[in-house]
Amino acid sequence: MEHDSPTSYARRVAIDPITRVEGHGKITLLLDDNNHIREARLHIVEFRGFEKFIQGRPYWEVPFFVQRLCGICPVSHHLAAAKAVDQLVGVEQLTPTALKLRRLLHFGQTLQSHALHFFHLSSPDLLFGFGSNLAERNIVGVLEKYPEVALQGVKLRKYGQQIIMAIAGKRIHGAATVPGGMNKPLTIAERDALLVDIQDVLAWSSEAVALNEHIHTGHPEHYGFATLRTNFLSMTGSGGELELYHGGLRARTAGGESIIDQFDYRGYRDILREEVRPWSYMKFPYLLALGKEQGWYRVGPLARVNNCDAIPTPLAETARQRFREFGKGGFVHDTLAYHWARMIEALHCAESINELLHDPDIIGADLVAPHGEKRRVGIGVIEAPRGTLFHHYQIDAQGLIEKANLIVSTTSNNQAMNESVRSVANEYIDGNEITEGLLNHLEVAVRAYDPCLSCATHALGKMPLQVELLAADGALVDRLTKGVSGEITRSV
Amino acid sequence: MRAEPKRDTAIPNTITIDGQEIPFSIGQTIMDAALAAGVYIPHLCHRPGLTPHGSCKLCTVSIEGRNVASHTADRRIQASSSVEIDSRSVSACTMPAMAGQQIRNNTPALNEVRKTITQMLFIEGNHLCPSCEKTGDCTLQAVAYHLGMLDGHFPQLSPRREVDASHGSVVLDRDRCILCELCVRASREVDGKNVFAISGRGIDAHLIVNSASGKLADSDLETGDMAAHICPVGAILIKEHGYEVPIGRRTFDLHRVSEIGLEPVILAKVRHTDE
Repeated sequence: MEHDSPTSYARRVAIDPITRVEGHGKITLLLDDNNHIREARLHIVEFRGFEKFIQGRPYWEVPFFVQRLCGICPVSHHLAAAKAVDQLVGVEQLTPTALKLRRLLHFGQTLQSHALHFFHLSSPDLLFGFGSNLAERNIVGVLEKYPEVALQGVKLRKYGQQIIMAIAGKRIHGAATVPGGMNKPLTIAERDALLVDIQDVLAWSSEAVALNEHIHTGHPEHYGFATLRTNFLSMTGSGGELELYHGGLRARTAGGESIIDQFDYRGYRDILREEVRPWSYMKFPYLLALGKEQGWYRVGPLARVNNCDAIPTPLAETARQRFREFGKGGFVHDTLAYHWARMIEALHCAESINELLHDPDIIGADLVAPHGEKRRVGIGVIEAPRGTLFHHYQIDAQGLIEKANLIVSTTSNNQAMNESVRSVANEYIDGNEITEGLLNHLEVAVRAYDPCLSCATHALGKMPLQVELLAADGALVDRLTKGVSGEITRSV
Repeated sequence: MRAEPKRDTAIPNTITIDGQEIPFSIGQTIMDAALAAGVYIPHLCHRPGLTPHGSCKLCTVSIEGRNVASHTADRRIQASSSVEIDSRSVSACTMPAMAGQQIRNNTPALNEVRKTITQMLFIEGNHLCPSCEKTGDCTLQAVAYHLGMLDGHFPQLSPRREVDASHGSVVLDRDRCILCELCVRASREVDGKNVFAISGRGIDAHLIVNSASGKLADSDLETGDMAAHICPVGAILIKEHGYEVPIGRRTFDLHRVSEIGLEPVILAKVRHTDE
């Protein structure tokens, strides 16, 4: 890992909430004396401030407040906060129905988010090629050329949202949890309506896995693209299996050695630290045991599918085994394999949804567990679609939030995204000029991580992006900007 | 016990609202007569059974013909709001019904004025519907929908008033208070206490608590009091509850704010019980 001292570039890069342009990605590439890229900085300039402005609010409002962090995965924030709130009211164990409803909700959410990411955002790059014509490299282009694939994506996402709607009352930003439980049972009619399409959903998810396996294994040039050998962090179930709702933390080195395992996430501060760098609003978390330089890690589908010992649903487990075979028994570090892993998880979600819909508990009426002794600290962790998500709240004696700390998934991938960008830039830089091809490849590298920023910015393949190349002395060498309508402008 | 209305054969005890003839009893206000006849006049600070207050001004109606506004300033306001010049704007909740009144209620001009008032109520406080536990059960929100309010129009004032969570089971979020004084009147007239009052003037007006420390914990407010449940917005809430009635079952998922006699439904939802 390479990074500068905070002061050496302090005059060159200034990010201010006032000057932010929401929905724009900005990358700065810093050259060394030999004109190699020694550091890449993906600037996250969206300023949210949720941790600050929920201070002083009643704790029971929090799951509803924080879900507004995102329009793609609000359920993840809602559930992570709800898990923290359960602890605040002294609930250790939800009722079987409430737990299964939350899991169903989470599977629906992950399915729709993964479907959105692959089919709407990434499939155009992967099906048409990274440098292909921008006019067709979008979901509309996919609909024209691969209508079956595009429609399956749309329907998968719709199905995930139907689940959210049935449980939370709205497809986006609903209301599902209460302290220690859920606010509404799933009716038999709602369950039966969801059962109608489940076999199709299973088939579409299986096809999506096969398509992604084919895309990745069939393109050897993808293997090394933006690829890094990194540590992985994820939650696993008590038997080491893939687990998205509740489990212990597992971190492994790039070679597969255990750093932590079955770690109670409520002690996350004992194993994680967050570094602040002056040029980004996004922090840089690292595993304390390995230190700042070596301790950064990746989260999300690639981390989870690599880290787990098994997937507890049969079709996804078979897919996982093929994935691991591709890694020749070791971890698959290919950054573009995120897409493949993501679809394996989507299949796992579809299978889990099927199981839960056939579970008699899912239509139970016992929704709220008795509250126990109140606590002042609640820490909820969940595997959100983009990775491990930490919500940590401290309340005062009156029930108002005193402190909050959120480590969102994209934050954990921060260093890895920068490193991937550096790797791609070094490979595709052409002298001292930023080319359109480089711009496209950088975009693909960032998008593999499915960062929140890509959700916000990737409007039908037209992610506005600015790339700057700075010489060792900080002078601007080149600057290329792609606007929302795809037009490229150069300004030096 | 109200006196029986005197019957006058020459002038029947009726008023006319938007062309509809409505009977009234002596002592009734325009609002009383309208509600009894099933006619909705938008309101926030009014509640049958409590002394009319006339503070929210949402129930402003115009009475035509006589008693027109005599002040130039009143006329200017009326003109700028496209309200009939030859009429008098009054609060329906405080204006006694009088035989022969020709009243306009549901007109575009009046609803525009009401919408502006509602916008001002929104921007004066911190009404963040997406995270508020009262959303879907909030009368202010419902009235805003009813009037077709799409934005706050005016710059947000974003106040920072004190949240009082000192009470064991009731929390007071002053940033959501619309100064309707329903809690003040409920405490005094129904609960037989005197827990709340409004202090300060104009933009500095705010809800205060009648206790030595000024804190709810030191007042005699109890969870069973009507004052703890009557708030039409999310300013006074029962602690550690919220979002318990699922989306689709909340008051205004099932009802229109213009339905007459909704008060018991709203109160039940505040107590977190479904219909």
